[in-house]
Amino acid sequence: MSVDQAAVRRIARLARIAVSDAEVPHLQGEINAILNFVEELGKVDVEGVEPMTSVIPMKLPMREDLVTDGGIEPLVLANAPLTEDGFFLVPKVVE
Amino acid sequence: MTAESNAKLIKGATGDWEVVIGLEVHAQVTSKAKLFSGASTAFGGEPNSHVSLVDAAMPGMLPVINRECVAQAVRTGLGLKAQINRRSTFDRKNYFYPDLPQGYQISQYKHPIVGEGEIQVDLTPDHSIRVGIERLHLEQDAGKSLHDQSPTMSFVDLNRSGVALMEIVSRPDMRSADEAKAYVSKLRTILRYIGSCDGDMEKGNLRADVNVSVRRPGAPLSTRCEIKNVNSIRFIGQAIETEARRQIAIYEDGGVVEQETRLFDPTRGETRSMRSKEEAHDYRYFPDPDLLPLEFDEDFIEALRAHLPELPDAKKARFMADYGLSAYDASILVADRETANFFEAAARHGAGKRDAKAVANWIMGDLSAHANSHGLAVADAGLSAGALASLVDLIGEGVISGKIAKDLVVMLLGPDKGADPRALVEARGLKQVTDVGAIERAVDAVIAANADKAEQARTKPGMLGWFVGQVMKTTGGKANPQAVSDALKAKLGLE
Amino acid sequence: MTALTAFTLAEARDALKARAISSVELTQAHLDAIERAKALNAYIVVTADHALEMAAASDARIARGEAGPLEGLSIGVKDLYATKGVHTQACSHILDGFKPPYESTVTAQLWRDGAVMLGKLNMDEFAMGSSNETSYYGPVASPWLPPNWSAEKARAALRADKKGLLTPGGSSGGSAAAVAASLCLGATASDTGGSIRQPAAFTGTTGIKPTYGRCSRYGMVAFASSLDQAGPIARTVRDAAILLRSMAGYDAKDSTCVDAAVPDYEKAVGRSVKGLTIGIPREYRLDGMNAEIETLWSRGAEWLRAAGARIVDVSLPNTRHALPAYYIVAPAEASSNLARYDGVRYGLREPGADILELYEHTRAKGFGAEVRRRLMIGTYVLSAGYYDAYYVRAQKIRTLIKRDFETVFADGVDAILTPATPSAAFGIGEKGSADPVEMYLNDVFTVTVNMAGLPGLVAPAGLSADGLPLGLQLIGRPFDEETLFALGETIEQSAGRMNLPTPWWA
Ligand SMILES: [Mg+2]
Ligand SMILES: [Zn+2]
Repeated sequence: MSVDQAAVRRIARLARIAVSDAEVPHLQGEINAILNFVEELGKVDVEGVEPMTSVIPMKLPMREDLVTDGGIEPLVLANAPLTEDGFFLVPKVVE
Repeated sequence: MTAESNAKLIKGATGDWEVVIGLEVHAQVTSKAKLFSGASTAFGGEPNSHVSLVDAAMPGMLPVINRECVAQAVRTGLGLKAQINRRSTFDRKNYFYPDLPQGYQISQYKHPIVGEGEIQVDLTPDHSIRVGIERLHLEQDAGKSLHDQSPTMSFVDLNRSGVALMEIVSRPDMRSADEAKAYVSKLRTILRYIGSCDGDMEKGNLRADVNVSVRRPGAPLSTRCEIKNVNSIRFIGQAIETEARRQIAIYEDGGVVEQETRLFDPTRGETRSMRSKEEAHDYRYFPDPDLLPLEFDEDFIEALRAHLPELPDAKKARFMADYGLSAYDASILVADRETANFFEAAARHGAGKRDAKAVANWIMGDLSAHANSHGLAVADAGLSAGALASLVDLIGEGVISGKIAKDLVVMLLGPDKGADPRALVEARGLKQVTDVGAIERAVDAVIAANADKAEQARTKPGMLGWFVGQVMKTTGGKANPQAVSDALKAKLGLE
Repeated sequence: MTALTAFTLAEARDALKARAISSVELTQAHLDAIERAKALNAYIVVTADHALEMAAASDARIARGEAGPLEGLSIGVKDLYATKGVHTQACSHILDGFKPPYESTVTAQLWRDGAVMLGKLNMDEFAMGSSNETSYYGPVASPWLPPNWSAEKARAALRADKKGLLTPGGSSGGSAAAVAASLCLGATASDTGGSIRQPAAFTGTTGIKPTYGRCSRYGMVAFASSLDQAGPIARTVRDAAILLRSMAGYDAKDSTCVDAAVPDYEKAVGRSVKGLTIGIPREYRLDGMNAEIETLWSRGAEWLRAAGARIVDVSLPNTRHALPAYYIVAPAEASSNLARYDGVRYGLREPGADILELYEHTRAKGFGAEVRRRLMIGTYVLSAGYYDAYYVRAQKIRTLIKRDFETVFADGVDAILTPATPSAAFGIGEKGSADPVEMYLNDVFTVTVNMAGLPGLVAPAGLSADGLPLGLQLIGRPFDEETLFALGETIEQSAGRMNLPTPWWA
């Protein structure tokens, strides 16, 4: 499989990465080089093989239902580019 | 087609239409801490005060699951008579949104913790439908974006971010707004009985995505629209009505309905397309590599099953069998767990053995009326189960008349709150008069005062009622009505 | 007395215990060496004052006889690890200015055991790279001189764009270079496809990627969650064993971290390898394989046989699919793990008319070319219509790869010996500019181990004809790091202690 330039733009949009028209051909070439590299996997017989879910056999640990965290607004907000009254601020989102 | 299903059809300009409805209910799991972090789930609070570094998706933060949230999902699954999956997995639903800090929602896409089940929904005392449950899965709630704080900025609060939700997906088994409303209130009742969700729709702790499509009766399913986040049972009904009419209008104008997500606007009473937000959605679900498959054994399930409370359907059946209540009365009483318990406490109080039907009537009548007018639950209206019991006993023993009992209830709910009904009847001399001599004297007085009417009564027995009323009046309602009418019949020679 | 920085970690530990030196002296010596080696660009942040405070505290504890296992030892930390209040940016522009209010579990355990932090080490951006050239802070120069280069020529290149100097490998390039240049006694590193082992091989140091789940990932900036593992890079096998013991261990904050006791790995160093069965996987003998590497590999087998181990041929047929499968799984997980870098809660934020623009501009400017490329690949292989053909298939192949190893281990093989890299270190600016895949091929021998979650150790095994270090890789059974340390020590001793480059850069 390989991607055309429209696909490159669609992927960039999904990944929320702005791409200039100039970049698109390069990206297309690089992405197709990688897709070409992984192409051979299509030939492997995976009939009846389970996809790996956890590489080490282990049960999911569960925690008790206790409030052990929170009340740390200053730490939560400390690295934020823009805040007001304890909120994170972003350009208005219209629904 | 039966008359009953005909009634559900919507008349269009070109004939009848059938509405097909399925719901995805998001129910907030009752737990102290969040699904994957130790931050509190408490409602409200200062912005970002119930937020851990995990909820804020700081680099290198990892999720660890809350056992109680898993237990609540299993309890709910058992309550929905559903398949419990001893192995389920968590997937990431990837999309960018300011109130979604990780850039993905941890949900269960491929292998949910609960599979197929069903709910019996009573539409009328004698008519109920079964609504299939397709699945129930655990997932994270998102934060809140406030859009009205500034003209140019949205304010993001992550307090909700990571709170556990159960998404309960029904089959498209509902055919009218009323059925959908009944389904949601029944589901809400079950969740509240189990204690896995408080069902508080004002706080958004229970909200529904409503899938609506219309078709000609018997025709195959057609394109559906999903109305997102409807947060009251009334609105669910309205949203379905308006959306169904919108789709019918499109079809009747020869148009096609586009599959899309819409928003219900209660003030305008219309649904609006959210296509803008839909744009290029491709959620790229894949198993969350930070979490292993969620597995538990039968013992885990059985331990939870063992402590499950009696659920509404079972309680209703038992109330009908044990207390001889009608299906109607029973279903009204069990709709709320506290009310049902209050009824049972009153019916069984002390020695027990009293007219349970009468207990039910008092609860559904005067008590509910008073409770509603004060915005209280019946059980908290101010009359204890014990007081209600002795009230019913007093009537049963013929100590007071029904009329006096009504006055007594008003006293007990108001000025005399907490008083013992028997003592109150004594103190206020409300006992009804059963002394025949006294009653005959009162009857003679009334007949003497109304000789003419007494004449007519001999030929017009229908006037007996008027005489009874007069005697009751002169005795301040305390005379035993039966004794009065017996005496009157004798003296007016009506035998 | 030799320069304090010449000590191995074990030697320094013993000298401190014997009060022959103080931690403050040792720390200061490393800070001075770092200052002189600025041009190598191994450290991106030096926390000198903090380091000297920690050292003084260590000296006090030693005086009170309360020394921890790593008391007073100078350690460098890969920028991938969250260090409370200290620059932590995975060498990406998108984490611009980020100072975490938390400490990673692995580093917290190092400080718990008395270690002293010197600063943060350079790395490929988000650990995506094999030459440390994708770092926002620029490439790291290996302390090893390129063949036939004079110190003068090299110093000139350092002052210029470093082109032609050797890369220390990546992504843990800063860690490997710092250890090889004696700018610390040991360093934390991380390995998703070979990021500990390939740099160790390129710099003549020892690195181990432990079994998946052996170390907590809490507070480690995530690249590919199902492959990432923490591990040390150190000067000797013994030093690596000492460091891993402190780094490893159960952590309730990481659901994939195994709850199992951590052995005293140092005890395994020097343990006899007599009677161990070592597998030589024929599929690792690639056509067109570098002759020197092939010779080194057989020499390694000889050393182990001489030490009493049994050498057997084994087959890992799915090995050849590991690298392509890795380039589906790792980018897929990365595309999701890196979605949180959106300019809202921390790090870089580029203005935009609306939220979409803010996201797209921030991420376009904040991520470097290689990261953008992998995020797009990852997004593509997860997207509707391609998920099954790429991601699911790759995870099935991963199951096959793991089965290969299980079969071999079930047949009684205790460990597997392979080359660490297809070649010795290459030059800065030499690879990958035209075709990204050229760079990816560096991980061909190491990536299989991550795909199967196994432990892998690279020990220094000698020098190439033109004097560059070469390493050999040992792959072990899950949680049997001890056997790897025993075998690694044998390799290291047989090869003879690696003489690290003399500081031509100063
Ligand atoms: Mg939904
Ligand atoms: Zn949902």
